[in-house]
Amino acid sequence: MSQVKVKPRTIRIEVLRYRPEQEQAPVLQAFEVPFTDDMSVLQGLQYIKDELDGTLSYRWSCRMAICGSCGMMINGVPKLACSIFLRDLYPGTLRIEALAHFPIERDLVVVMDDFMTKLSLIKPYIIPKEVRTLSQGEYLQTPQQLARYEQLSSCINCLLCYAACPQFGLNSDFIGPAAMALVQRYKLDSRDAGSAQRMPLVYAEEGVFNCTAVGYCSEVCPKDVDPANAVNINKTESAKDYFLRFLQPKGAQA
Amino acid sequence: MSLRRPYRRSMAGWWRKNPYFVEYMIHEGTALCVAAYALILLAGLLALARGEAAWDQWLTLLRSTPSLLLHGLLLLGFLYHSWTWFHIMPRTLPPIRLGGERLSAATISNAGLIAALLASVLVWGLAMRLAS
Amino acid sequence: MKRSNAPIFWLLFGAGGMLSALIGAALVWITGFAAPLGIGLPSEAASYANVLALLQAWPIKLAVLLVISLFLWHSAHRIFHTLHDLGIHAGMLARLLCYGAALVGTAVCMVVLGQFV
Repeated sequence: MSQVKVKPRTIRIEVLRYRPEQEQAPVLQAFEVPFTDDMSVLQGLQYIKDELDGTLSYRWSCRMAICGSCGMMINGVPKLACSIFLRDLYPGTLRIEALAHFPIERDLVVVMDDFMTKLSLIKPYIIPKEVRTLSQGEYLQTPQQLARYEQLSSCINCLLCYAACPQFGLNSDFIGPAAMALVQRYKLDSRDAGSAQRMPLVYAEEGVFNCTAVGYCSEVCPKDVDPANAVNINKTESAKDYFLRFLQPKGAQA
Repeated sequence: MSLRRPYRRSMAGWWRKNPYFVEYMIHEGTALCVAAYALILLAGLLALARGEAAWDQWLTLLRSTPSLLLHGLLLLGFLYHSWTWFHIMPRTLPPIRLGGERLSAATISNAGLIAALLASVLVWGLAMRLAS
Repeated sequence: MKRSNAPIFWLLFGAGGMLSALIGAALVWITGFAAPLGIGLPSEAASYANVLALLQAWPIKLAVLLVISLFLWHSAHRIFHTLHDLGIHAGMLARLLCYGAALVGTAVCMVVLGQFV
């Protein structure tokens, strides 16, 4: 019985390459990648690296949209490479570039240091009201209390929202969507009492008022964190604080 | 000696590259309509302050075709502003819970649009009363 | 980190934005079409005598001031930020021009309205 060999479909993938040791500026390189219906864009990149050009550099890990490593611009839109199927982009050229608004380190790898600094600045951990001892046991939280911040805690730090935010692109001093979503996450967590410590970052010149409610950050978020909401709620909070701070005892900072 | 040379891409023309951003620039642009209209009202006030002759000249200007066309454009601008303002509004509000359930963005936007409709009817009613 | 002074301008932007979103279109219809052309309103509605009489009342003066002023503050804030979006970062100069215009407009409006007594 003769087997009919079906020629696999191939998709043209253009990758923005950048190797500082050999080029001054990034350049597009095209690859023809055979694919099956179950392959993601990430798998397309892996085919390129395994079979066509081993020098291609990119970040990835879980390949199931939970680690946040494989964020890149796919046809100009920030996406997780593992979450998009090649079949959905076929026919037509697929253009892959490093995540927007970040300096390119190499190929599809961006310099994330700015975000890492902001992340530690906002103190992303529970700051309790009083020091707790082990003998006091665990915190108790009702499902309603959990529901208040649960969506915000889904952030996987993939930075798609930063790539989406034109205000961050125009001014990288802006604290940005994910950092603000995390500030809000702790504010809404019943176990946390550290909002006062985080607020100065919120209402600073580098804070929420850089946001012009474009809303694209929430559109691209793979985990539906809705950072746009977190940022804009805090505009109201900052405004309240701005005018009401004079009414507080001993000029207390909130 | 480090061989690192991180590359910073330009933001030039950023908004033209994505339809989402094009729409953003359009709705931000409605501010020009709001500004233009405020200045028109102010010009009218100034004409009124200069006396009857000036006011009659102003009325003639308002009745001219260019003015009517301009106001037509302004009307469209304001309508688009209202639509997009209430579309964005839910994003700026904390979660509103009614009977245990959080109100959806669509509900909040629609409430805003209905409020605008009611307010417009009230303003029109007021105008009719003041005019008679 | 320095505290931002944006809240003042942001609140004015929000108030003007809400006001214009609620009644802006209706006002354009009234002052741009209905009153001058007499559509749905008596033809003398826009007469000098009528409008002057209308603006004697302090509630009307206040309403007119709020509309003109808040519309100017709203658009100033948005236009300033749009300039930034377009890559025009004239910083303090742009700020002075935009918000300054709103301030001047508000002042002129107050002065003119104060004359109608």
